Amino acid sequence: MEQKTVLKMSGISQTFPGVKALQKVNFSLLEGEIHALMGENGAGKSTLIKVLTGVYELQEGTIEMEGKQIVNHSPQDAQNQGISTVYQEVNLCPNLTVGENLFIGREPRKFGMIDWKTMNKKAGKLLESLDIQVAPTQLLEECSVAIQQMIAIARAVDMECKVLILDEPTSSLDDVEVEKLFTLMRRLREKGVGIVFVTHFLEQVYEVCDRITVLRNGELVGAYEIKDLPRVMLVAKMMGKDFDDLEDIKSGHLEQKFEGEPVIEAKGIGHKGTIHPFDFTIKKGEVIGLTGLLGSGRSEMVRSIYGADKADSGTLKVNGKEVKINKPLDAMKLGMAYLPEDRKVDGIIADLSVRENIIIALQAKKGMFHLMSRKEMEEAADKYIDMLRIKTASRETPIKSLSGGNQQKVILGRWLLTNPEYLILDEPTRGIDIGTKTEIQKLVLELADQGMAVTFISSEIEEMLRTCSRMDVLRDGKKVGELSGDELRQEVIMKTIAGGEDHE
Amino acid sequence: MSKGMESNKNLVKKITGSRLFMPIMCLIVVLLINVIKTPGFFKITINNGVLYGYVIDVINRASELVILAIGMTLVTAASGGQDISVGAVMAVAAAVCCQILSGGEVSVTAFANPLIFAILAALVAGAICGAFNGMLVSRFGIQPMVATLILYTAGRGVAQLITKGQITYIRVDAYQSIGGYIGKSPIPTPVFLTLITVIIVSIVLKKTALGLYIESVGINGSASRLVGLNSTRIKFLVYVICGLLAGVAGVLASGRIYSADANNIGLNLEMDAILAVALGGNVLSGGKFNLMGSVIGAYTIQALTTTLYAMNVSADQLPVYKAIVVIIIVVLQSSVFKKFISDLKNKKKEGKPIAVKGGQQ
Repeated sequence: MEQKTVLKMSGISQTFPGVKALQKVNFSLLEGEIHALMGENGAGKSTLIKVLTGVYELQEGTIEMEGKQIVNHSPQDAQNQGISTVYQEVNLCPNLTVGENLFIGREPRKFGMIDWKTMNKKAGKLLESLDIQVAPTQLLEECSVAIQQMIAIARAVDMECKVLILDEPTSSLDDVEVEKLFTLMRRLREKGVGIVFVTHFLEQVYEVCDRITVLRNGELVGAYEIKDLPRVMLVAKMMGKDFDDLEDIKSGHLEQKFEGEPVIEAKGIGHKGTIHPFDFTIKKGEVIGLTGLLGSGRSEMVRSIYGADKADSGTLKVNGKEVKINKPLDAMKLGMAYLPEDRKVDGIIADLSVRENIIIALQAKKGMFHLMSRKEMEEAADKYIDMLRIKTASRETPIKSLSGGNQQKVILGRWLLTNPEYLILDEPTRGIDIGTKTEIQKLVLELADQGMAVTFISSEIEEMLRTCSRMDVLRDGKKVGELSGDELRQEVIMKTIAGGEDHE
Repeated sequence: MSKGMESNKNLVKKITGSRLFMPIMCLIVVLLINVIKTPGFFKITINNGVLYGYVIDVINRASELVILAIGMTLVTAASGGQDISVGAVMAVAAAVCCQILSGGEVSVTAFANPLIFAILAALVAGAICGAFNGMLVSRFGIQPMVATLILYTAGRGVAQLITKGQITYIRVDAYQSIGGYIGKSPIPTPVFLTLITVIIVSIVLKKTALGLYIESVGINGSASRLVGLNSTRIKFLVYVICGLLAGVAGVLASGRIYSADANNIGLNLEMDAILAVALGGNVLSGGKFNLMGSVIGAYTIQALTTTLYAMNVSADQLPVYKAIVVIIIVVLQSSVFKKFISDLKNKKKEGKPIAVKGGQQ
């Protein structure tokens, strides 16, 4: 059966001061297909979507919906045309109920008042039809991120959308949740909705998508049927070169033996309500991975070491000396650095420049009365912009206008500048393209070779297998295992994560 | 296109792109109105050895407002809210100062205690009020507007308690010179005091990392904590500074009328101070700030008031005219309006595509 083209964008160009974000890009979406939009950081994926949804004013090119030319001036316009977007960060109201969130702005009314009964009934029906297991009266903030994401999708679907854009919806979900989301996506595809799926996860693309459009440096590389484009080819297209770095990365590092005094030695450290008391030791040059399902206490574990959540039990030794850490600054002064999980909330200081974002941690460490000179700051900023290959118009550009991966690099630079002995990386590669991911993994190994102790947290086990010489497994806020050597295999890790009861 | 034109264009862009451009433009526009309406506005004469004229009056009268606006800028940047108690804190500081100087009498012609001691006590009183606000905001996480509402309402009562409900007069030349003139100086003392305050605060911001810390905490408190900044302490600190500066303004205002009038000193000045911050191009929800913008904003407001007086607008009607002008200025600086203008420019550019190309290379 011939599928109809529902959306056609042609000759789209977009320029920002100093940057050509898009150049003559074409994109078309069929009815009832899941279409992956792929590309590295700064390739122009987000820009293309923002042009489509009217966040940015269309500068050049045309957008056609079902053969009719349209111009969207705002996301509201786009929605009226049947284009809905669900972003990586859920933008619903956490303090309202699920039902209210579904119908916000278009509440069913009775005599001018909101008809709560009808609303909740309709919400219940909608949730049921999409097989989302949550009560309409529950507060949104009490739902898991995955459910929130699905509610955002349900809201979009209910507004009769013909085009649904999913901008990295899976980056904060675990495997089971991702599977649920995919089921939902497939169901929508059957209903004839055209879905644009932006993601960095290759596996997911090959699992659900029908076609792929690849962008690179703001230009269209091409659109392909999924069966015509094997993975390696896709990666090559995205990078613009043949790509076998992924295999190279496994250096001799993992075979090394680590001896000598531990840098960090935690005994019985815990934080009530988030992580049970645990023991943890890391030596110079070691890379230790923390793994477990989302909410298993991975982040909470490192946060209690770093003092982001003050530990309420146990003792901590740094280089053999017992220390007390009350706040992050104490930990920093002992040579620790912590790249937080949520870049947007805990990492970037949005309105400050790249330079200021890089030097802020070192400046805080030096104290208020020892302001770094302008020259020192600029040299530090330039050094890390160079070393980490941060793509930015200048060092004075506000960090918020950088792409996600480049923001992450800035934060990494911020911590490297403090010259830490112990570096904690909490999901450093989430929402980042493969190229940057590999760069970060390589960097971790380099740093470890120079003697830095690194703790690496990631949802992707493969990535950790490549970098870590030991892995600690967590489940339900408890450390349940330590794996090393031969045990570092996907099956073993999975089994440990799943726990003893699971014999299948 | 010639090179000269190109560099001219860049210069224009540099000037109009500056964050101080709009605040300065607003001040200039207000002053220009005077050139037309009150030709004598810019005339400065010397009577009895001191400078006279509308312009001198503006600079002199704006002193308290400028000092308050500095504190308000820092508070706004770090906490994303405003301190509405500064006017009342001025009254408290003035009451403390006068009460110490009078030693409890209603009216004195000689100091009962040393002047320097009284002034220091007044500044400490201001700082304590600031610390109270700061504690509520930073420790207990109360919204700045609500937290400072307490002293906004109670402050003048406290001042009355200190002066036992009377207006205390200090009829001593040394005290009057705080609001008047020192010795044979032709320039009013408040102008010097303001200048000194601005310079000290600028130096502190330039020589320490306080400015960066304030912006960082104001933009993202949680990230700031993780990079080792003590958000609570920084917020507390800016409120103390704000209170201290309100104390300075209070002593100054009391010197003008050589008395502590708890009901009138600094009355409604907190709103003008907030306005000055906004006029200076600062975002009232916190984050990046521009101290000089606020200072210029404060002078703009005073220039506007004096202008209206010069045009014989009565004191009762003054707020109406002020409001109209303020609306215009604030709209001109709003991002929606700026976008509108840049859209207009872009449309114009589309008509001449060649010019665009030239401009971008």
